[in-house]
Amino acid sequence: MDFLNGLITFLNFVFVPGLAYGSQLALGALGVTLIYGILRFSNFAHGDTMAFGTMVTILFTWLFQGWGINLGVLPTALLALPIGIAATALFVLLTDRVVYRFYRRQKAASTILVIVSLGVMFVTNGIVRLIIGVDDQNFADGGRFVISAGDFKTMTGLSEGLAIKSSQALTVITALIVVAFLFWFLQKTRTGKSMRAFSDNEDLALLSGINPDRVVQVTWILAAALATIAGGLYGLDKSFKPYTYYLLLLPIFASAIVGGLGSPLGAIAGGYVIAFSEVTVTYAWKKVLGYWLPENLAPDSLVQLLSTDYKFAVSFTILIIVLLFLPTGLFKGKSV
Amino acid sequence: MTRNLGLFAGVALLFILTGTLQSWNLSLSILNMCLLSAVMAMGVNMQWGYAGLFNTGVMGFAALGGLAVVLISAPAVPAGWAAGGPGILLALVVGALAIGLAVLVYKRMVPGRLRTATMLAVLIGGFVLYRYLFDPAAMAVESNDPAAAGNIGGLALPSLLAWPVGAALAALAAWAIGKIALGLRSDYLAIATLGIAEIIVAVMRNEDWIARGVKNLTGLPRPWPVPYEVDLQQTPAFLNWVSGLGVDPVTTSSIVVKLMYAVLFGLVLALVIWASERALNSPWGRMMRAIRDNEVAAEAMGKDVTRRHLHVFILGSAVIGIAGAMMTSMEGQLTPGTYNPLRFTFLIWVMVIVGGSGNNWGSILGALLIGWLWLIVETVGPGVMGMITAGMADGALKTHLVDSAQHMRLLTLGVILLLVLRFSPRGLIPEK
Repeated sequence: MDFLNGLITFLNFVFVPGLAYGSQLALGALGVTLIYGILRFSNFAHGDTMAFGTMVTILFTWLFQGWGINLGVLPTALLALPIGIAATALFVLLTDRVVYRFYRRQKAASTILVIVSLGVMFVTNGIVRLIIGVDDQNFADGGRFVISAGDFKTMTGLSEGLAIKSSQALTVITALIVVAFLFWFLQKTRTGKSMRAFSDNEDLALLSGINPDRVVQVTWILAAALATIAGGLYGLDKSFKPYTYYLLLLPIFASAIVGGLGSPLGAIAGGYVIAFSEVTVTYAWKKVLGYWLPENLAPDSLVQLLSTDYKFAVSFTILIIVLLFLPTGLFKGKSV
Repeated sequence: MTRNLGLFAGVALLFILTGTLQSWNLSLSILNMCLLSAVMAMGVNMQWGYAGLFNTGVMGFAALGGLAVVLISAPAVPAGWAAGGPGILLALVVGALAIGLAVLVYKRMVPGRLRTATMLAVLIGGFVLYRYLFDPAAMAVESNDPAAAGNIGGLALPSLLAWPVGAALAALAAWAIGKIALGLRSDYLAIATLGIAEIIVAVMRNEDWIARGVKNLTGLPRPWPVPYEVDLQQTPAFLNWVSGLGVDPVTTSSIVVKLMYAVLFGLVLALVIWASERALNSPWGRMMRAIRDNEVAAEAMGKDVTRRHLHVFILGSAVIGIAGAMMTSMEGQLTPGTYNPLRFTFLIWVMVIVGGSGNNWGSILGALLIGWLWLIVETVGPGVMGMITAGMADGALKTHLVDSAQHMRLLTLGVILLLVLRFSPRGLIPEK
C-alpha cells in the first residue's frame, strides 16, 4: 500500500506535470528546429511568437466568452486557437517578407540573422505588451479536472490522490495529434519531402527544381502553428504572461539542442528530457521517499536538489553537458 | 572626420537641450547612465566588432560587477560572518574541488564505463557533501538579524577597489562559459550566455546570504572623490561659492555630485578607449579582425582561433564587469530585482549596432544617443501620452494607453535596430 501511495504521489507531482510541460516544450522546440533546419538560424523571436499567438487566442477566447459561445467541458480557447494560428502565420509571413527575405537573398551569415531575429523579438514583444499588457492573464474555462484528487481517493481507497487537470490531458493529446500530423506531413506529402530535401542539401534541392520561397513559406506557417499551439497550451496549463514566454526561450533552445538542432524527432525527445529533469530536480522528494523507504531511513529534510527558483539552471546544465560531450545532440542534428 | 564630430556635437546638443529645457539634474543623470552604457558597449564591441562573438549575457556580467561592489565595499556584518561565513566558504571550496576532480578524472582516465561511473560518483558525492556543508551555514547567516542584515557582509574597503574585482569576477564567469561554448557553432555561445546571465541574476535574487537578495543591499559607500550631497551642503567653502554664484545650494550640490561621477566615469571610459584603440591597431588587433573576417584562412596561417576568441571574450566581459561595478557604486545599492535582459543586454546591443560595430567611437556615440532616447522617453513618454489622451473620456482604454507608453520604447527600439541593420548595417560611424 505504501508503495502504491508513493507511486501515486510521484505520478501526481512529477510525472503528470512533467509530461504536460514536456509536450509544451517539445512543440516549442519543434518550431525552433524547423526554422533552424530550413532557414539555418536560431530564431530568438520564437518565445515572443508564442506570446503573440497566445495573445490573439486569448483575445478571441474573451470575445467568444462574451458572446456566450463555449465548448462545454473543453476550454473555449480551443475554438480561438485556429484564429490565433492564422493571425500568427500572417504575422510571421509578414516579418519574413519585410525583414528576413532581404538577408536570405544576400546570403547573410547566420549570426546576422540571429541579431535580426532579436530585432523582430523586440517588435513582437512590444506589440504584445502594447495590446495585452504585462500582467498575468487567465483564460482557462470548461472543466478543471479529468480526475480530481478527492475523486481518485474515494475511487481507489488510497490515501494519496492523483489529480489530472483537463489542461494537462488536453496538452498531451493535442501534442500527440500535432506531432503525428507534422511527421505525416514531412514524410508523406510532396511539400514535406521538398522541405526535408531543402534542409539536407539546399543546392541539390534547388537544382531539382524545388521552389525555395514556397518551402520557406510553409516552414514559417508550420512554425507559427506550432508556436501558437505550444503557447496556448502553456497558457491554459499555467497562465499567460509575456515575460514568462521570453524566459521559455532557454528551455526551448536547450530542448532543441539536446535533441540536435534541425532534427524534429530530437526536438521532441529533448523537450521531455528537459521537462522531466527540471521537474525531478526541483521536486521535494520527502513525501515519496517517506512512502518508499523503510521507516528508519525516511528523510528528515525536503530532499529537494534545487529550489524551483533555479529551474532554468537545470536546462542550462543539461545544455552544457550536451555541448561538452555531444555537440550535435542526441539525434545528430546539423553540425555546421 | 568632420561628419563624426558633427554627430557627436549633435548628441551633445541633445544633452544641452535636456539641461536647459528640463533640468540639468536630469540631463546629467542621463549622461552618467549613458557613460556606463558606453563602457558596456565597448565590451560588447570588443566581442562582436573585433571577433564576431555574439554575447547575449551582458546582464549577467554587469550583475557580477555589482556583486563585487557589495563584497568589497559593503560594511562588514561580523555576527553574520561568524555564524556561517567560513562554513559557506568551505562548502564552495569543496564544490569547486569536486568539479575540478571530475574534470581531472575525465582527462586522465581511459574512456569507458569506469570513467563515466567514477566521474558521476565524484560529482554526486561532491554535491551531497556541498549541500551538507552549505545548507546549515547559509541558514545560520540568513537568520542573523534578517530585517537589517542576514548576509555575510562585505570587506568595508573603498568602492574604487571593487571595480577591478568586478572585472575579475566577470572575467572568471566568461572564462568558464567561453571554455565550453566557444569553438562550437556560433549560436551556442548566444544561448549559453543567455542562460548564464539568467542564472547569475537568479542566484543574486534568491541567495540572501550573499547580498540580501531581493531585500536589496542599500547604503553602499560612494567611490573615493565623490562627496555626499548633505555633507557638501554643510561645507562652508561650497556654500560661499554657491552664494557667490547666486544659485540654490541643494540643487547645485546634487549637480556637483553628478558632475564628479561623470568625470570619474569619463576617465574610465577614456582609459578603456585608449587601451582598446591601441589593441585594435596592434598586430593583435589585426589578427583578431583577420580571424573575424575569415576564420579558415586565419587558421591556415597557424592562428589558434578558439583560443583568441576565448581571450577577447574574457576581455570584453571584464570591461562589462567594470561598468556593472561602477553602476552599483553610483547607485549606492544593489537591487537584483532591477536586472532585466532588455535594459542590460539588448539595449547595449542596439547601441553597438546603431553606433557602428567594430568602431569604438561608434559604440560610444550609439551609447550616448540610444541611452538618451531610452531614458528621456521614460521621463517624458508618460507626459506625452497623457497629452495625447487628454481629450479622451476617462476609462479603461485611456488608462491602458497611458500605461502602455513605456512599452512603446520596446517597439521603437526594435524598429530602430531592424532599420539600421537593413539600411545602414555598418552603423553611424562605420569601421575604417
